[in-house]
Amino acid sequence: MSLWDGAINALSWAFILSGSVFAIIGAVGTLRFPDFWSRLHAASITDSAGVILLLAGMCLHSGFTLVTVKLIIIGVFLFITGPTSTHAVANAALVSGLRPKEAPGLVGAEPESLAESSGDPKEGAQ
Amino acid sequence: MFAIATIAILVAMVLVLARLYLGPTVYDRVIAVNSFGTHTVLLIGALGFLNGRPDFLDIALLYALINFVGTIAILKFFRYRKIGDIPHSSRKEEAGS
Amino acid sequence: MRTIGAAIILMALWLLLSGIYKPMIIGFGVASVLVVLLVVRRMDAADDDRVELRLKPFETAKYVVWLMVEIAKANWAVTKIILSPNMPIRQHLFAIPFSQRTDLGQVIFANSITLTPGTITIETESDDFLVHAVSYSDSDLEALADMDRRVTATESEGG
Repeated sequence: MSLWDGAINALSWAFILSGSVFAIIGAVGTLRFPDFWSRLHAASITDSAGVILLLAGMCLHSGFTLVTVKLIIIGVFLFITGPTSTHAVANAALVSGLRPKEAPGLVGAEPESLAESSGDPKEGAQ
Repeated sequence: MFAIATIAILVAMVLVLARLYLGPTVYDRVIAVNSFGTHTVLLIGALGFLNGRPDFLDIALLYALINFVGTIAILKFFRYRKIGDIPHSSRKEEAGS
Repeated sequence: MRTIGAAIILMALWLLLSGIYKPMIIGFGVASVLVVLLVVRRMDAADDDRVELRLKPFETAKYVVWLMVEIAKANWAVTKIILSPNMPIRQHLFAIPFSQRTDLGQVIFANSITLTPGTITIETESDDFLVHAVSYSDSDLEALADMDRRVTATESEGG
C-alpha cells in the first residue's frame, strides 16, 4: 500500500466518521428542539452535512468505478429533493395555520393574504 | 469503518423514530418520516459496502426516489384529503379556511 | 434535436447504471429508451411545459464550490446550537427579495437557502421569499442578499 492509498483511505475514514457524527447530531436535534419550526432545521443537517460527508467518504473508498457514478447520482438526487421536501413540509404547515414563535423583540413578517396565494404542493414539488 | 457508520446511522434512526412517536403535530411526524427515509438511503449504502456488495446502491437510489414521492404524496393528502387531480376551485376554498 | 439529445442522455444513464454490457441487456436498454421517448412525446401534446437550462457553466461551478463552504459554516453553527445545553434559539420569519428572472434561478436560490441549515424558505408564491431562521442575527439579511447576487450571476443573458 503506497502513501497515496493510505492518504485516500484516511480521508475516507475521516469523511465517513464525521458524516456519521452529523447524522446522529441531526437526529438528536430533531428530538431536542422545542417546536416544529426548529426541528425542520435539525432535520436539514442530516440532509446536507450527513449525506455529503457519507457519500463523499464512500466515493473515495470505492475508487473510480461505476459505483462512484451511482453514488454521485444518489448525491445529486438527494441534493435536489432534500430541500424541496423540507420546503413542502414547511409550506404545508404554514398554510394550515401553524406560526413560528418569534424570539422576544422581533416581529415576524406576516404572510400576505394566503387566500389568494395558496402555496400549491405540486408546484413546490417541481 | 462501515460497521461504525452502520451503527451510528441505526442509532440516529432510533432517535428519529422516537420523534415520530412523540411528535405532537402531523408535520412533526412528516419530518420524522422524511428524515428516516434519508437515513435509510445512507444505511442501505453503508450496508452494501459492509457486505462487499455495492450493488445495494441501486436499491438505495430507488429508495431515495420513493421517499421523495411518498413525502409529497402524504403532504398532498393531508391538505386536500385526496390524491389525484384537484379541481382549481377547491384549492381556493381550502386556502381561505 | 431535443429528442436525440434526450435519447443520448437516457442511454448513457442506462449504461452507467446497469454496468452489464451483453447484447440482450443493451437491447432492453434501447427498447426502454424508445418507450420513454414515445411517452414524453405524447405528454408534450398535453402539456408543453419546458425547463430551459440557461446557466453559465463556469459561474455555476464557482457558485457550487461557494455553496459548499457556506453549507459547512452553517452546519457548524446549527450543530453548536443543538449541542449547547440551553439551546440559544432566536426564531424569526422575514421576507427576502430576489432578483432572478428565470424560474430555474429562483428555484436554485430557494433551494440554496433551504440547503444551508439554519434558514428555510417557506413561501415562494409572492414577490418575496418568506424565510425562517432558527437563530436570527442581523447579518443574516446581508448574507442572503450576497447569495442572491451570486445566484443571479450564474444566469445567462436572454433567459
